[in-house]
Amino acid sequence: MDRYLVQRIGFILLGLVALVVVVPILIVVGAIVVRGAEAISWEFLTAMPRDGMKAGGIFPAIVGTLVLTLGSALVAIPVGVGGAIYLSEYARDNWLTRAIRLAIINLAGIPSVVYGLFGLGLFVLFLQFGTSILAGSLTLAIMTLPIIISAAEEALRAVPVEFRTVIASLGGTRWQGIRHVVLPQALPGIITGVILGLLRAAGETAPILFTVAAFFLPRLPQTPLDQTMALPYHLYVISTQVPGMPLEIQYGTALVLLALVLSLNIVATVIRSYFRRRRQW
Amino acid sequence: MKKKRFSRWIEFLIEALIRTLGFSTIGFVLLIFLFLLREGVPLFFEVPLGNLFSTRWYPTFDLFGTLPLILGSLLVTVTAIAIALPLGVATAVFVREAAPSWAREVLKPMIEVLAGIPSVVLGFFGMTLVAPFVRETLGVPTGLTAFTGALLLAYMALPTIISVAEDALDAVPKSYRDAGLAMGATQWQTIWRVVVPAARSGIVTAVMLGLGRAIGETMAVMMVTGNAARMPVTLDSIFRPARTMTATVAAEMGEVAQGSVHYHALFGIGIILFLLTFAINLAAAATIFKKRRRGGLR
Amino acid sequence: MADPKISIRDVNYAYDGKSALRDVTFDVPANSVTVVFGPAGGGKSTLLRLINRLNDLVDGTHMSGQVLLDGQDIYAPGTDVTDLRRRVGMVFALPLPLPGTVRENVIYGPTLAGVRDRARLEETLTRSLTRAALWDEVKDRLDDPAGSLSGGQQQRLCIARSLALEPEVLLLDEPTSGLDPISTSKVEASLYELKRDCTIIIVPHSVQQAARVADCAAFFLMAALIEFRPGTEIFTTPQNEQTDDYVTGRFG
Repeated sequence: MDRYLVQRIGFILLGLVALVVVVPILIVVGAIVVRGAEAISWEFLTAMPRDGMKAGGIFPAIVGTLVLTLGSALVAIPVGVGGAIYLSEYARDNWLTRAIRLAIINLAGIPSVVYGLFGLGLFVLFLQFGTSILAGSLTLAIMTLPIIISAAEEALRAVPVEFRTVIASLGGTRWQGIRHVVLPQALPGIITGVILGLLRAAGETAPILFTVAAFFLPRLPQTPLDQTMALPYHLYVISTQVPGMPLEIQYGTALVLLALVLSLNIVATVIRSYFRRRRQW
Repeated sequence: MKKKRFSRWIEFLIEALIRTLGFSTIGFVLLIFLFLLREGVPLFFEVPLGNLFSTRWYPTFDLFGTLPLILGSLLVTVTAIAIALPLGVATAVFVREAAPSWAREVLKPMIEVLAGIPSVVLGFFGMTLVAPFVRETLGVPTGLTAFTGALLLAYMALPTIISVAEDALDAVPKSYRDAGLAMGATQWQTIWRVVVPAARSGIVTAVMLGLGRAIGETMAVMMVTGNAARMPVTLDSIFRPARTMTATVAAEMGEVAQGSVHYHALFGIGIILFLLTFAINLAAAATIFKKRRRGGLR
Repeated sequence: MADPKISIRDVNYAYDGKSALRDVTFDVPANSVTVVFGPAGGGKSTLLRLINRLNDLVDGTHMSGQVLLDGQDIYAPGTDVTDLRRRVGMVFALPLPLPGTVRENVIYGPTLAGVRDRARLEETLTRSLTRAALWDEVKDRLDDPAGSLSGGQQQRLCIARSLALEPEVLLLDEPTSGLDPISTSKVEASLYELKRDCTIIIVPHSVQQAARVADCAAFFLMAALIEFRPGTEIFTTPQNEQTDDYVTGRFG
């Protein structure tokens, strides 16, 4: 067969493959948007659930997800950014550094359900926090850590090394260089990484299954030792464990979760491209 | 002078703090492994190995055969990769080599969207729309099958595979492509005979990372694979319900009593999962490090 | 010579196993312009970075010998390196403005050192920019981003930045290599004024520049000091054959 004909067919096939990849994504998002939109109302978003979850709103689940995400951020951001600063600015190229990188790769690869087991074993049982926001946030924080460290380190490394040299030649210490120049310049990239990590935390179910999540909790959490509802867990339960659950409530919950995650994604992308244009190097 | 000593102290403290945070990742990995062991090792004293490797998982009857779970995970994962590998590599090739720029502008955000969809949302979609579809098109009794799970898993692993494969293709020097074209090959021939083979090891890494992602996936598979812990040994097992290790842990942990044998068994499965993903990620990292040190392509 | 400002004694320096400086010994007189010149790879930049210990930032280096500043070995254990770098300033080959405005760039050094007095900083700002022959051009643009200046202006900004710390020694590593001739001559002219308060060591980007500014000159070739002479004798009557070959352009 003529080589160019083969090529044309080949490229068309590749395009079809890309279509096979893209179309289902559109179907998923589209289906959830279309079918979930029916359920979305002001009441749905702000009211407490009634009637065994079959009516009313999912407000506590939304609040719970926000609280858990913020709670994990409180731990994951300082530890993650600190670790990234260490790797980028202080670490030498020795076996210890390689061990740290290996540890990060592994943390990133641990299945989410194993994080759930770990959270159960350490925070809920051993440290006796019980199933609580505290336990859930800490578990999510450790899960988010590798994402934040990787993104933050990349952002720090992208800052040209010359800045550090100049600061040193002006009698500045290493930390002064980091604080005055490197960190501020890397901040947009770090923020992007943090947001991406947090949206992962917001969407995860398995780590919170055994550490914090409650199904029917018709009041908002008061202390970090309380349980709470959360969107991912809520969606899981109402779609698999509650007979007679109206379908549009399931889709509505899925839509709220999806919207939350996707909008965070968009925010991160916008921040990244905006600051890339305004770079001073 | 006092001010200088004070600021020197602060600098020292800050550096110490940063160092500690840097080491903390190693600490966390060890901590996780430690606690898995703590709750899982008792299993080996409570249940004979023969039981653990038997083919029946019925905790209520004290049967803790892990084989159906391990094989279930394997079946779903391998099928998922079998679907995702050609799709992912072809898409990566399309994006990097053949796509018009408008297509690229559409594809990239789409893949990022896919990467961001929470597992439980995909599982929900799989349960309500994909499973009935599978049931009707394939004429099986239920749509909750290993195949459905594999399908979802494939799409979840795609972003990883595509991005790593793209990087691998990027790393192939332009001179390779130029050489191919200069010899009179068409672009198509150059891609498949020169560029892709040159990116071979990067693609292998992509597959490994995708594999690691797939094995660890919990919610989506739990919601669509039907959760029947049978031994997937017959050829049509792919179109029957199955159960993965991850789904088992997630589904049953809520029902066990702390300290019971079942409880330890689930932690034991957690240990297997930890070690499996550890090994896969170690292998993937080793190929990356080796390639970097050698500085070449293969 | 009166007490030299800087004395290099038997310095050997290697990194990654390769020798970058071998048995270097010479004295730098105070309040003068000492030129360190030679073909690429001769160790000139490395030598400069030894004097403000900037090479400390690099791993895998090995150094022996002494570098004396006012008679004190700066490599003695316990030396305050950040203080040293305030006394010994450096300007690099490429203009490297830090992110921020012109004003922020100039007073970076004193700010890092903890100076908070606004009036004092303003005074330093004006004086440094004047000494760097840049004040007239930027006095209305002090709050513009440093990156908006031209290449020649940015480099003089970097000079002003180093001068803000009132250093005793100023190290200039090919400071005019990227600049147009007008900017180059402005920089060279400022050296005459600067050496009154400062000891200057400069790696020139050409032999001609070396001859224009030198009060004394050191010729480096392949990690070794070949010849060191006061005045401009080294350009007119070099004693060493290799020096002669380089100065007359037979290689380089």
